[in-house]
Amino acid sequence: MKTSRLLRAALMAYGIGIIAWLYLPLVSVTFASISKARYLSFPVKRYSMTWYTRALESDTVSDIVFTSLKVAVIVTVVSMVVGFFGALAFARYNWRFRKLYQKLILLPIFFPQTVLGLALLMWFNSVGIIPTWKTAVIAHLVWISPIATLIIAIRAYSFDAALEEAARDMGASTWVTLREITLPLLMPSVISAGLFAFLLSWGNFPLSLFTTGADSTLPEWLYAKMVSGYSPLVPTVGVLSIIASFCLVTLAVLFPWIMRAARKDR
Amino acid sequence: MERLDRKLGTASSLPLLAILLVAFIAPMLVVAVFSAMPRKVFSVFNSPDFSAYAALLEQGYYRSLLWSLGMALASTVILFVVCWPLAFGMAKVFKRFTIVLTIAVVVSLFVSENIRLFGWVLTLMKGGLIEGHVRAWTGEGFESPLYSVPIIVFSLVYVYFPFMLFPLAQGIAMVPDDARQAAADLGASRWRILFEIDLPLAAPGIVVGSLLSFVLAAGALAESKILGGQTVIVIADEIETAFTYGQDWPLGSALSMVLITIIAALAIYGIAKVDLDAIMGRKGR
Repeated sequence: MKTSRLLRAALMAYGIGIIAWLYLPLVSVTFASISKARYLSFPVKRYSMTWYTRALESDTVSDIVFTSLKVAVIVTVVSMVVGFFGALAFARYNWRFRKLYQKLILLPIFFPQTVLGLALLMWFNSVGIIPTWKTAVIAHLVWISPIATLIIAIRAYSFDAALEEAARDMGASTWVTLREITLPLLMPSVISAGLFAFLLSWGNFPLSLFTTGADSTLPEWLYAKMVSGYSPLVPTVGVLSIIASFCLVTLAVLFPWIMRAARKDR
Repeated sequence: MERLDRKLGTASSLPLLAILLVAFIAPMLVVAVFSAMPRKVFSVFNSPDFSAYAALLEQGYYRSLLWSLGMALASTVILFVVCWPLAFGMAKVFKRFTIVLTIAVVVSLFVSENIRLFGWVLTLMKGGLIEGHVRAWTGEGFESPLYSVPIIVFSLVYVYFPFMLFPLAQGIAMVPDDARQAAADLGASRWRILFEIDLPLAAPGIVVGSLLSFVLAAGALAESKILGGQTVIVIADEIETAFTYGQDWPLGSALSMVLITIIAALAIYGIAKVDLDAIMGRKGR
């Protein structure tokens, strides 16, 4: 059915409006981060980068960045591995409990993260584990590895099972087939699942809140500062964390393109 | 081949299932057991007396639960109305712009939700981005809309927007163009096509999107804390207080159990209704 030009234009305008609405708060945060005044009020009169130098020199900030980074990197690696196998079970193989399994792994995604974090805190306490950043890794994994699985599963659905069968017919073992055929074919989605895992872990707040114990991740630290009163470092560190995420996304988007260019040169 | 499939399927599901067993199912059981313990104990080795559940009714905790559920319902309805036109555009009208929209929305998800909420505080507060500039230009300011119930609903709509948009777009994409064309050829009006073709055929997407946003909004905490001030205490807030300041784990567990039961009932009902293979694109096997 043809949609009229007018409708198309109206919908486009609506879409652009929505994008603007999604990013408006980030505009405010950015302005706040370069405002010179200790007590922020708009319109911003004098700009300065002092808060950035302060943030970059601060030991507390570098400590929490390091904690966040540790958590995110481990979560990324584990969810890529778990998600790869999980997706094969989700989409590729026909096994007895597949339908049930598909539904079970959706439950953590449908679950309020704050409550999950508290439940995990009680669980760690009752088995005698003292929460640190390592327990936060486990908390993040409950939520992030099912998401990684779903992302890889989308590609595993369009996977041609005949390729695996051909390899097997020619004498490749299950393990060799997995390594030489299945993994390379699914690799792009494994990488994007890893990207999602990293960014979701880096920005996660509700799960970290109760499961990091004495350690603190970046979003937790920001929250503590926000609730206890305004600090000019909050928008600054917030913007730095956003810039880091955006750089990673850009890098990931450009990566295949760079690889292709490099191959052409050879 | 079939036997191998079965073996490999079971084996490759194990790592994920192990994570869920240790860090999702086991903690839920602990919460369930704790909720039956006498108040203010810190070990599960007590005789259960269910007194925490009684406190739920007597001390008015149900009010927070109703607030949470009410605001979650309101935000889900608003989200559906706001997202439908855009999801329709993404599935049926736009071509390249769909990709732009998808990337823009997904990237916004990567920014920690409390930074985005804090951004709204800076935007809407007195002397914030909007009020400050309006006052600078016109000389007249206005009261800040912060710290009220509508602003909490607004922030829920804002944070859970992608969770409604993408399932809806996926659902609408499943509506065959032929059916819409046929209805139009037979003289059906735009509204009639919407109610008799689009809505019923996009139902799986509508179910998933609505459930997801309702469930997540019902358990939300940061929205009411950062933008809502202390106007209303949501259930997640009560749970947190019971666990932290209150030092009353059984009460916190009982509150959690009520929320978990409602959410699990909805989620399991919804998940059981949809066929994941169809939504995620497996071609008939």
